[in-house]
Amino acid sequence: MTPRPARRGRIAIWLWLAFLLACGIVISRSQFSADLSAFLPRNPTPAQQLLTEQLREGLASRLILAGIEGADAPTRARLSKQLAQRLRADPAFVTVSNGEPVNAERDRAFLFNHRYLLSPAITPARFSVDGLRAAVGESIDLLASPAGLLTRSLLPRDPTGEVVQLLMQLNSDSRPRMIEGAWASRDGAHALLLIRTRALGSDIDAQQAAMTAIREAFAAVAGAAPAARLLMTGPGVFSVTTRETIQQQVHRLSLISIVLIAGMLGLVYRSFTALLLGFLPVLSGALAGIAAVSLGFGVVHGITLGFGTALIGEAVDYSIYLFVQSERGAADPRDWIGGFWPTIRLGVLTSIFGFASLLLSGFPGLAQLGLYSIAGLIVAALVTRFVLPHLLPENFRIHDVSALGLALSGVVRRAAALRWVAILLLLGACAVLIAQRGNLWNNSISGLSPLSQADVDLDTRLRADMGAPDVRYLVVVSGASRDLVLQHAEQVSAILQTQVDRGVLAAYQSPSRFLPSAATQRARQASLPAPAELEARLAQALRDLPLQPQRLMPFVADVAAARAQPLLQAADLAQTSMAMAVDALLLQRGTQWSALLPLTAPPGADIDAGRVRDALRGAAVPHALFVDLKGESDRLYAGYLHEAIVLSLGGLAAIVVLLLAALRSLPRVARIIVPLAAAVLTVTAGLVLFGQRLIILHLVGLLLVAAVGSNYALFFDRLYRSSATASGAAVPAVSPRTLASMLFANLTTVAGFGVLAFSKVSILQAMGVTVAPGVILALLYAAMFADKRHA
Amino acid sequence: MTHRIRVPHAVAVLLLALAAAGARAADWSVDQLMQSLAQIRAERATFTEKKFIAILDRPVESSGELLYRAPDRLEKRTLKPRPESMVLDQNLLQIERGRQKLSLPLQEHPELAAFIDSIRGTLAGDRKSLERNYRLSMEGGAQQWTLQLVPLDEKMLAVVKQIRMTGVRDAVRSIEVTQADGDRSLMLIERMAKP
Repeated sequence: MTPRPARRGRIAIWLWLAFLLACGIVISRSQFSADLSAFLPRNPTPAQQLLTEQLREGLASRLILAGIEGADAPTRARLSKQLAQRLRADPAFVTVSNGEPVNAERDRAFLFNHRYLLSPAITPARFSVDGLRAAVGESIDLLASPAGLLTRSLLPRDPTGEVVQLLMQLNSDSRPRMIEGAWASRDGAHALLLIRTRALGSDIDAQQAAMTAIREAFAAVAGAAPAARLLMTGPGVFSVTTRETIQQQVHRLSLISIVLIAGMLGLVYRSFTALLLGFLPVLSGALAGIAAVSLGFGVVHGITLGFGTALIGEAVDYSIYLFVQSERGAADPRDWIGGFWPTIRLGVLTSIFGFASLLLSGFPGLAQLGLYSIAGLIVAALVTRFVLPHLLPENFRIHDVSALGLALSGVVRRAAALRWVAILLLLGACAVLIAQRGNLWNNSISGLSPLSQADVDLDTRLRADMGAPDVRYLVVVSGASRDLVLQHAEQVSAILQTQVDRGVLAAYQSPSRFLPSAATQRARQASLPAPAELEARLAQALRDLPLQPQRLMPFVADVAAARAQPLLQAADLAQTSMAMAVDALLLQRGTQWSALLPLTAPPGADIDAGRVRDALRGAAVPHALFVDLKGESDRLYAGYLHEAIVLSLGGLAAIVVLLLAALRSLPRVARIIVPLAAAVLTVTAGLVLFGQRLIILHLVGLLLVAAVGSNYALFFDRLYRSSATASGAAVPAVSPRTLASMLFANLTTVAGFGVLAFSKVSILQAMGVTVAPGVILALLYAAMFADKRHA
Repeated sequence: MTHRIRVPHAVAVLLLALAAAGARAADWSVDQLMQSLAQIRAERATFTEKKFIAILDRPVESSGELLYRAPDRLEKRTLKPRPESMVLDQNLLQIERGRQKLSLPLQEHPELAAFIDSIRGTLAGDRKSLERNYRLSMEGGAQQWTLQLVPLDEKMLAVVKQIRMTGVRDAVRSIEVTQADGDRSLMLIERMAKP
């Protein structure tokens, strides 16, 4: 070797090391996430924004539903109480509810002391002579009822029955069954607890700590009852489980991929040096990919890392091509650079063009995959081209694979005879796709969820047992201050009440119920007459009732006090059951406040969204938004699916344009595209036949099949072009080696993605089952459809 | 000797007869009442109830229907003074009054639970459940019995002083609840013909 290339080599190696160091620094400062929000929109509509917030920190994100199963009912109830007692002492939990009346005293005091500010019945008319007569008369009637036992002692201070009004409101929410003094599931087989964490649902570390605390507390109390088991579910639990699953899967899958691929290459190369060197481009590509995503997105999603394991199988191809295609005995890889690099470069470019379309996706998860792949492939290819040749030792050689190559070329020569079979297969695939075109796609966003069906079932079951509302329909009002949104919420409540009366809704919740706006509270205070006036009216109102006005002096005194009572503030709710309802329904984001009013559908029916929307529109409440969360998320997902289809087609078009520009021959481009298209169609039909409904990640997988497959088609093209241009004799030594390298490259890719096919994370699994069979088909089709007129 | 025996014999016969009568009266024990009540699977009756409440000048009256289905469902349909339904099913008490609905788990309202359980337990003939909360005592015979229940629990005693039920064989005719503060209620029950 001359000194000049050596110096250039040293520069390349130093640059490479510096680059790796830089990537390492970036990665060490990267944030990694595992929540599903990466698979939610970047530019949402207001309703979609709400959906994302809901998932991250909304209404229910801090709730952990816990169940205790096993043992007998009294034991479960006892464990529930002991567990709750321990957790209530832990500041990580805001509330722990299990049916025990822990807040009952404070709740009653709160409602009683603020009854004249809280009761929606307080109007000037209620304190007129007629209003008083009606209200007191009703309270006396209530004494005749069993509930009268509860209200009898309140009569002297609350003869108009405001506390009863408020209790009825509080009581309208459904509650779980009670067994032995603790909540239980409907079938009685579980004790239930509803735990609210202080940390947001999106704070996965805190959620994990909370789960650990619950588990430890349970282990401590359940020592004597080994049959009892603890179950947990909820959004925070889901985030933690998701992260754990993804981490585990990424670790395990990358390990399995590396071992498989290394084993395979070890068999082929029979050289430890070659094996190590072969992984250098892969490692560099993976680091570059993560660093690029971190720089580009600020946060790296766990799924992106999972995807990285699969890319090992593809990035390792370049070094395979270098090692296997280099002339036997000729350690100088410059021959390879001259002969094969242009083809590989074109292959890398087609891959990049394919993935570039993903960068445009509004789906941050997809864009991350795109950026990761592009950065990873470029770096892997560049390292193979500019660094790896300089690292090869003088006497570098790998096991001779010419024999295998020769056998392969025999197979390939006969492959053309199988074109018939291929065409029949392709026609069959098209028939399947056309027949099934109506239900190719999974349109539900749950298709993306990494949760297992068992987790989802447990959640559904516990939620139904708890009577927790399935928060699907909401009215959202926003404004610049808490008081303003409370006012809006009151306006919306009035409209919703008319819908409840008409049976369109079963019920609704509103934060204004227990925290009325200042204006409403003032209006209620203003409805209360002065003591002398009240006494005069009472005397008249009670004339025909069996109650002497002087018995109601405590009432007159309480009303007088309420007139001057300070207005109810959010802080007054502290430590009551109502605080939870209000906190959960009021959100603050910067200077913007929103109030959520969840709606409950009438039993056995759906909410007629049109009627509710019309009613809201008719009343013209500013910024009131009716949201169907499930509909919205499915619409959102359908939008993404559509976008991904358009982008994938765009990616394919870009590949075609690139090939046309590089090869300048329509027939050659067609011969490259046909096997790719055939592979894509066949694998899609196969997925459909095996009952897979396609999600976005299947589509990404298909794009990968096209990108990887293009390398094979290009090699076949080059193979037969070179044999056509060269005059016969010199050629045969090249083609078998190239064939062997393609087979190895294919096998490593299949190994990398095949491992993903066994993943429990549906996103990764979808990609695996698409790419692994897809690339095999691409190679087979490329061999069958290659132009062998000159071979 | 025989002569001397004869007179006492007559006395003895009389005593025996009396004892037998007494035994028969004592035979209508709590157990016997409970057994005959437990035979009833379903029952329908009308009621009128008067509540004597200290702060009111006159008692409040109400009337309606009672429906019972063994072992643990009791429904009280008040028609006057205003329609209201109260259903006790297992341990949940649901009160419906016009558009208002109230569900009260009995565990959260022990005073209400004690009172309602006394009626339901009696109707079900469930002595065990009654004795969990009350001391029972019985007077009278099958034709006219009075069952008195006094709460065992201090807290309950602070609300309900005693419950007296009267009846004829397996039919409860009245329930009188006297509360600790002197307020009391009297419910008269008339069994309705089986449908």
